[in-house]
Amino acid sequence: MFSTPTGRSGRTRRRTLSTWRRHPLAAVFVLIAMLFTTGGAYAALAPKSEDLQAASSTKIQEGKELFAIGCASCHGLGGEGQVREDGTVIGPSLIGVGAAAVDFQVGTGRMPMAAPGAQAQRKPVAYTDAQIEALAAYVASLAPGPELPEEQYLDVSEGNVARGGQLFRTNCAQCHNTTGQGGALSMGKFAPSLTGVEPKHMYEAMVTGPQAMPVFSDETLTPEDKQDIISFLKSVEEEPNPGGLGIGRVGPVAEGLWAWLIGIGLLIGTATWVVTRSSKS
Amino acid sequence: MSTIVNGAGKVVDFVDQRITASNWLKRNLRKVFPDHWSFLLGEIALFSFIIIVLSGVFLTFWFKPSMAHIVYEGGYAPMRGQGMSEAYASTLELSFEVRGGLLMRQVHHWGALIFLAAMSAHMLRVFFTGAFRKPREMNWLVGVTLLFLGVAAGFTGYSLPDDLLSGTGLRIIEGGMLAIPVVGTYLSSFLFGGEYPGDDIVSRLYPLHILVFPGLIIAMVTAHLMMLWYQKHTHWGGPGKSNENVVGAPFFPVYVAKAGGFQFIVFGVIVLLAATVQINPVWFWGPYDPAVVSAGTQPDWYVGFLDGALRVMPPLEFEIFGHPLTLSVLIPAIVLPGLILTPLALYPWLEQKATGDTREHHVLDRPRNQPVRTGIGVAFITFYVQLWIAGGNDFFATILNVPVNWITRFIQVGLFVLTGLAFWVTKRICLGLQRRDRDLVMHGRETGIIMVSPDGEFSEMHAPLEQGDAYSLTWHERQAPYEPGPATDANGIPNPNYRTERRRARLSRFYFGDVVQKPTADELEAAHHEGHHAVESGHEHDELTSGQQ
Repeated sequence: MFSTPTGRSGRTRRRTLSTWRRHPLAAVFVLIAMLFTTGGAYAALAPKSEDLQAASSTKIQEGKELFAIGCASCHGLGGEGQVREDGTVIGPSLIGVGAAAVDFQVGTGRMPMAAPGAQAQRKPVAYTDAQIEALAAYVASLAPGPELPEEQYLDVSEGNVARGGQLFRTNCAQCHNTTGQGGALSMGKFAPSLTGVEPKHMYEAMVTGPQAMPVFSDETLTPEDKQDIISFLKSVEEEPNPGGLGIGRVGPVAEGLWAWLIGIGLLIGTATWVVTRSSKS
Repeated sequence: MSTIVNGAGKVVDFVDQRITASNWLKRNLRKVFPDHWSFLLGEIALFSFIIIVLSGVFLTFWFKPSMAHIVYEGGYAPMRGQGMSEAYASTLELSFEVRGGLLMRQVHHWGALIFLAAMSAHMLRVFFTGAFRKPREMNWLVGVTLLFLGVAAGFTGYSLPDDLLSGTGLRIIEGGMLAIPVVGTYLSSFLFGGEYPGDDIVSRLYPLHILVFPGLIIAMVTAHLMMLWYQKHTHWGGPGKSNENVVGAPFFPVYVAKAGGFQFIVFGVIVLLAATVQINPVWFWGPYDPAVVSAGTQPDWYVGFLDGALRVMPPLEFEIFGHPLTLSVLIPAIVLPGLILTPLALYPWLEQKATGDTREHHVLDRPRNQPVRTGIGVAFITFYVQLWIAGGNDFFATILNVPVNWITRFIQVGLFVLTGLAFWVTKRICLGLQRRDRDLVMHGRETGIIMVSPDGEFSEMHAPLEQGDAYSLTWHERQAPYEPGPATDANGIPNPNYRTERRRARLSRFYFGDVVQKPTADELEAAHHEGHHAVESGHEHDELTSGQQ
């Protein structure tokens, strides 16, 4: 019916439309038309919800099975965690840690842990990407938690390196060192080196706070802040050492060792050579 | 040729008739210097100081000693837009925009590390060889002062660029000052011009670093060398060398050429290091911000022992009339350096007290012939190196993959146990070496030739030492511990000095009680006779030789 005014001049159409609007059945007609449109559009455009549900529940199911095999011995069959009677934690509860925690811990090989210790160590990854996704889906289905980071915040070419550097020094350097070389913490815990870590995992670590690391929620560091920090770390990683050999970029300890072992060592060597030259006076 | 010589002669003659220096020159140009690699350690220090001064002058042309806050807009992109001090910004400029600036910064810094390392090594050489004994005690004091000045110059320089590391270092210094009772807060307030960090510290450290400390170092080096020149260099003992002579090459031309050449070698090594190995990349550390501290923050090596002491000191704090007395900072940061420096400076006199020896010494001791002194030296090195490791405990924890707490606890115990153990082990090694020397002198070298006597006994032939070698092993004096006289004399009158004498005897026994004496002439005669006997007839000598081992 809307097509009827087509072809007429604007003024007439407006007038015609306004007359139509006052028709007693206008409201009913519009309602019916809208229902058909939205219904049709939804039917055409919306994903097949049954398929999706089926896929996600298979993934959760798959994740649950993997979890039961690889994780439940410490974290409990339902991810509820296990604590010994004396209070030592065998595996912490995973309810509410979110997909990001799983992707970080399993995606960097920290989980499953090789042996109980002060801290889980990075090692070769034990699961395929699909399996990690399934595990993440399962853990995320237990309770809402940090989601996987959005791709746009992982683009290190977009971040502000200088600002990221400042944020990194203020929030992270006290454990990870100014260039992300890492450092020791108490009782065998440590802040790992950030060299070579994937942007995704850096982001996930910030939102989930693995091991001894605090959580940097989006209120503390916005996603843009996190992007800047990651961009800074990647930029430092790629930055050459203009002064020559980097000797670890760890500062005075390495420099002192070099001064004594190489510097004084070489000079004493040459001093010995100088005095062996025969002198005829 | 002869015209040139004649011309030069005329000029020299002209000068000499007016200032009459030829006699002085003739004497001094022929001054004799002995040759040994360990005598060049001090030269490494001297030459590295020269290159530090040269490169330092270059750096002053661009460095701005100002803490004025600016926003960086320079050439180093990852810092652009950041707030920082002018001092830090000018250091970045020196590193990235000034031609040769980074090389000069690295020459300056590597030179400083090597300067202090060479001074320390030189001092250890002087200590272990007894070169500090009369008449050189004053020069030893000058040397200790130089080491202190070197550390002061180094630390003030380390603090200038106003980067994260240097600011953290200053913060620790401030903490040490605050721990001094009563005056600490005033001292800190005077130094920093109010609350830490203030806006003054860099511009105050700058004149200290480029004027006061280098000036004092140059003055002290001059005094050091003048005394050395006047007192002549010590030399190792051996045939033809005595307390009355110096055996070596003349200053001109031999020593001048060698020292001059060596100067360029030292320059070369430092520049080589500076050109190939990066040092103190301040652009990675970032500008100083009192709210920020980085993992792995350490001072340069020569202050590392103090940082280490702070790290291993257990917590200890009292409150006196409402004022805190923070011993856990006061002891490692203020008391410990005093406890190290004072005995170090006074050691020549301390040893004199034990030996009672007030004669002049120009021939060096072999370290093994002073087992206790050598033991003390090695114990000190052990103590110092442990503090050093403690200063980098987090670094070593990461490298060795052990908990940092273990390293700290290990050193807390080791500072007492390992230091004592090092003394004991070193002394035993020295005594063992002395015994070996004695054995060599008495029975000669082992020849590896096995003799079988007619009765079937096996024995090894020993060849007597060359006269010169034997002299090198035996020229040193016999060191008998001092014996106190009787408490009362023949008439029963008590000796008024008995207590002092007994104390001196105890100290002397500590030094010389266990020393293995070189053989006496009679012992030597007897041993040679035995040895002769052994080679000739090959029996009845085994008890004696093996019993000596």
